[in-house]
Amino acid sequence: MSDVLAVAEHRRGELRDVSAEVIMAGRELADALGGDLHLAVVAGDVDTFADELNREGVDAIHTVAEGEEFDHNVYQAAIAAVLDGTDAAAVVAPNSVNGLDYAPAVAEQHGLPLVTDAIDFEYDDGLTVTREMYGSKVETSVAVEGDRFALTIREGEWEPAAGEGDAPIEPVAIDSVESGARVAGFEEVGGGDVDIADADVLVSVGRGIEEEDNLELVEELAEALGATLSASRPIVDSGWLPKNRQVGQSGKVVTPDVYLAVGISGAVQHVTGMKGSDTIIAINSDPNAPIFDIADYGIVGDLFDVVPALIEEFE
Amino acid sequence: MKVLVTVKEVASAGDDFTIEGTGIAESDLEYDLNEWDDYAVEAAVQLAEAGVADEVVGVTIGPERAEETIRMALAKGVDRAIRVWDDAFATGFPDVASKVDVFEAVVAEEEPDLVLSGVQAADDGFGATGVALAERIGFEHAAVVNHLDLDADAGLANVHRELEGGVEELTEVDLPAVLTVQTGLNEPRYASLRGIRQAQRKEIAATTLDDLGLTAEDVESALTLTSMYEPESESDAELIEGDAGEAATRLATILREKGVGAS
Repeated sequence: MSDVLAVAEHRRGELRDVSAEVIMAGRELADALGGDLHLAVVAGDVDTFADELNREGVDAIHTVAEGEEFDHNVYQAAIAAVLDGTDAAAVVAPNSVNGLDYAPAVAEQHGLPLVTDAIDFEYDDGLTVTREMYGSKVETSVAVEGDRFALTIREGEWEPAAGEGDAPIEPVAIDSVESGARVAGFEEVGGGDVDIADADVLVSVGRGIEEEDNLELVEELAEALGATLSASRPIVDSGWLPKNRQVGQSGKVVTPDVYLAVGISGAVQHVTGMKGSDTIIAINSDPNAPIFDIADYGIVGDLFDVVPALIEEFE
Repeated sequence: MKVLVTVKEVASAGDDFTIEGTGIAESDLEYDLNEWDDYAVEAAVQLAEAGVADEVVGVTIGPERAEETIRMALAKGVDRAIRVWDDAFATGFPDVASKVDVFEAVVAEEEPDLVLSGVQAADDGFGATGVALAERIGFEHAAVVNHLDLDADAGLANVHRELEGGVEELTEVDLPAVLTVQTGLNEPRYASLRGIRQAQRKEIAATTLDDLGLTAEDVESALTLTSMYEPESESDAELIEGDAGEAATRLATILREKGVGAS
């Protein structure tokens, strides 16, 4: 029997949705391990955050009011203090950019085996985690030795915990942290002339376009359809389109009426940014491309054949 | 300063592949330098070219086959490389701590001021080794860095960390540090012919666990890969059949029904 510690996430004064998801995943684990679920809320307006996250399934909330924004050194010190003061032996954190900035250090510090980017798990005499490999092409089961471990969960895979809880909220004091990684500010990227989030119709281009010169083809399609051009990450990384055109986890989240994905395989980071579109249409040569899992209409074919034919239809 | 870059040869599967046991059939795999590490290599080489780094050393955990890939990093400007291998890595599913055991020993030997590491490996996508290594060796760290401005005299790295939703965090990191490098940090170069020729003469030091003062027990993994399978397709997409022309005609009808191109 051991307890579980889930860690909330917030940024610039607002809780991130994944906070309620780590509570849900943490509750499942606590039930499997026959223990309690603790929640750590670290930095910022911890009292407000703690009230908001006092949901069904949470047994105790520990607040650490040190600093405003995320700092992995503060998170590490806070988690160490909570682990020390409770019977928690398993840690659940978001597999977010910030989660990946502290969870591996926490696992290392406390000697916990770490499994990242969990999409599911089962507990039967031991934890077995479901996670993807080879760019979402396969799923795997990973068995973890022992009941002490750290887990990061993919955002959007667990239902958010709901309901009102009555967990006691206990402030935890830590020594002030002289951090060697200091946040100086934030920058919004992807400003500029076009806001792809405003578009009703998006033609979105991915790695399948192969070369920068071929972009003309999708530009022509976007023009023929009266659509706005957007892109997946590799196109922006290559510098072929500016950052403000990027759809996905690190780019924009878009919800157009029609999203036409051209040569986009549909990696999870991309899908996060466009799955809320009303109608999703995918053109891709790989019938197993994950983009077809969320598409409403699909054409399995060579975009260099299909796109010119489609342009012709609208001329 | 000395820069250590961790590099990994990763396998990728083609459109069609077969799963054998808990892995993809060897014949269906292609090997290449991990995409994220390519950006880390470029960042390190640029530091050398700017006169900030005196030496760039690559380190990999990989079998002999990986030397071909590592040599590409040498061809791009990495000065020399260390390749650590033990059969324990081939048979099991190495956990983060066992990789960190290896890199810790290499860091002790090389004493770098900066370690650059890809955010994640394309094959297992763990995304944890760099940050765990930093904790083990007492370096500062920053994960998911997509902008790097190094001030060696001040002992600082000014970085941007790429957060979700088009927001970047501007962070000042004390050196020595481990930075995990996100794609898009720079434009990785192609190896030049001259670079490829020079790389043939550069050292790849084949290193065993014993050489590092480690044993197979030290790197025993707490994780076991128990199954691998193709995810069930959740697709309820209507597949549009026919040749390109027919498919385009049908798609045009669908698009017009949705009000696209009506103007």
